[in-house]
Amino acid sequence: MKSFFKKNKDTLITLGIVTIAYIIIEIFVKSGSISSLFKGLLVPICSYIILAISLNLTVGILGELSLGHAGFMCIGAFTSAFFSKLTVGVITPDWLRFILAILIGFLFAGIFGFLIGMPVLRLKGDYLAIVTLAFGEIIKNLMGVLYVGRDSRGLHLSIKDSISLGLEEGGQVIINGAQGITGTPKDSTFTAGFILIVISLIIILNFINSREGRAVMAIRDNLIAAESVGINVTRYKLLAFSLSAALAGVAGVLYSHNLNSLMATTKNFGYNMSIMILVFVVLGGIGSIRGSLISAVILTLLPELLRGLSTYRMLIYAIVLITMMLFNWAPSARAFRARIIDMLPFGKKKASDKEVQ
Amino acid sequence: MAFLSYLINGISLGAVYAIIALGYTMVYGIAKMLNFAHGDVIMVGCYTVFSVVSMAHLPVWLGIIISVAVCTVLGVTIEAVAYRPLRQASSSLTVLITAIGVSYLLQNLALLIFGANSKAFTSVVPIKAVKIADKLTITGETIVTVIACIIIMIVLTLFVNKTKAGRAMLAVSEDKGAAQLMGINVNRTISLTFAIGSALAAIAGVLLCSAYPSLTPYTGSMPGIKAFVAAVFGGIGSIPGAFIGGIILGVIENLSKAYISSQLSDAIVFLVLIIVLMVKPTGILGKKLQEKV
Repeated sequence: MKSFFKKNKDTLITLGIVTIAYIIIEIFVKSGSISSLFKGLLVPICSYIILAISLNLTVGILGELSLGHAGFMCIGAFTSAFFSKLTVGVITPDWLRFILAILIGFLFAGIFGFLIGMPVLRLKGDYLAIVTLAFGEIIKNLMGVLYVGRDSRGLHLSIKDSISLGLEEGGQVIINGAQGITGTPKDSTFTAGFILIVISLIIILNFINSREGRAVMAIRDNLIAAESVGINVTRYKLLAFSLSAALAGVAGVLYSHNLNSLMATTKNFGYNMSIMILVFVVLGGIGSIRGSLISAVILTLLPELLRGLSTYRMLIYAIVLITMMLFNWAPSARAFRARIIDMLPFGKKKASDKEVQ
Repeated sequence: MAFLSYLINGISLGAVYAIIALGYTMVYGIAKMLNFAHGDVIMVGCYTVFSVVSMAHLPVWLGIIISVAVCTVLGVTIEAVAYRPLRQASSSLTVLITAIGVSYLLQNLALLIFGANSKAFTSVVPIKAVKIADKLTITGETIVTVIACIIIMIVLTLFVNKTKAGRAMLAVSEDKGAAQLMGINVNRTISLTFAIGSALAAIAGVLLCSAYPSLTPYTGSMPGIKAFVAAVFGGIGSIPGAFIGGIILGVIENLSKAYISSQLSDAIVFLVLIIVLMVKPTGILGKKLQEKV
């Protein structure tokens, strides 16, 4: 038992932080001392956290730059919302339907991750980035022209308009092109979001510490060396990429079951979203799961906290982003920071530690 | 006839992409970074011309000159303030995120100054449309755009291959350290690249907004991404590659808009990019890189 705690110290700390944060927020919510604006943000924050930690698997652990993460989220959101709408009233109770919806989002996003990963992972660096961006945009655009309807004869599919579905009278259009899916049951709650975060954290942290995870990191650090010791590069790359995509799908499920109408727009599933998630990951520290978690929360709350400044808030957000990047990463800024720490009486040890590293 | 007119419009759009892609490709070749803010420099160029010509009622040529000057200064400033300190940083992702930050900054500055409503941009091209056949007219914007693109490409190729500063650029893009040992001022060369790229972005912006006259703070971002796709398509780092990539991209986009679906045209453009990269992983004219162990 003791060795279990010792081995999983880092994982347990992360899970502890999440649980404590959950309990505190839940107490605030129950006592009613939280504004409705903040309450409305709770589920989106949960889905952003899952997106950030799952992208960190691709960017930090696999070491490949993906700019199409929102596309996988889009797949998860649409397949699960489609399923929920199809089975509302058929599968009871509601929580069972929601669990099935989550599994469907996970599965479909994972399958798409696998299919897209197969050709894409052959490329490298910025080429890989631009191709994942392209796939994300394709998925978003396809969702915008997809029409699916249901009547007594079964399901009908079209990419032209809802009339060409040829529905019988009493038939129901489920996915209505650019209007998307309306009337998805609102199954996402903050508690569900918390549970999903915990499950994703366990999956990812276990993966990183497993044999497969070490193989993936070996590939990231030196592809040729990894290959030469017999690691199946394609297999492990695909594994990490699909897992990351599948978890993004789960975030999509959470996102879509929180909305009354789900549409594929540039704002929610376009490359801007993918970039926003990437910002979470890089600012939180590439490869640090706990870092992505914290930065996803802070960066989602920051524009809301600055709401009082109305039009200036996004400007301030941009300036904060640039300054933080420069201050965190520029070699001159790092040297400056080390000097400051050296001057402080209690910071001496830490600074000299850094130099050793 | 209809096909020909779609084709010509496509070439015109492609020429704009090509000019933007030239800026992208040069910056990427030298600084090895995706400059996400490049698209927003285009937007700044558009707003500058708009302010000078439509709001201050000054002549068009002055507007273009001021716009080019503003963008050049802007590009060099961005590089010096936001990108240069990060050049030695351990991860290349950091400078990408900073570029995204700069992009947000420019968009929101424009939003604050000009508002979110789209502004009607009056075309700066004085040439009238030429009627060739019954249903085939070529607009003045098309003529000017294509000619401008060809001139820019030729001048740029000559500049890079024949002048000392241009060859310094080639050297820096090949190997920064070795170039420095040869006495090339790397910082100044990179600044010069950003200056040229941003000046081209201003010209592209003016041409783009003359052809599609609605101007918002987000005008530049999608053409910026498409131009980057064009640069990758043609082989990033290569000047003729950017030209070919831009034209092909514009033609595909316009033809699929006309014949397949206007909503899916972007998806088709990206699909073609994916297919090209699967067959030729470094783009049409890209150099094959040897991997060292």
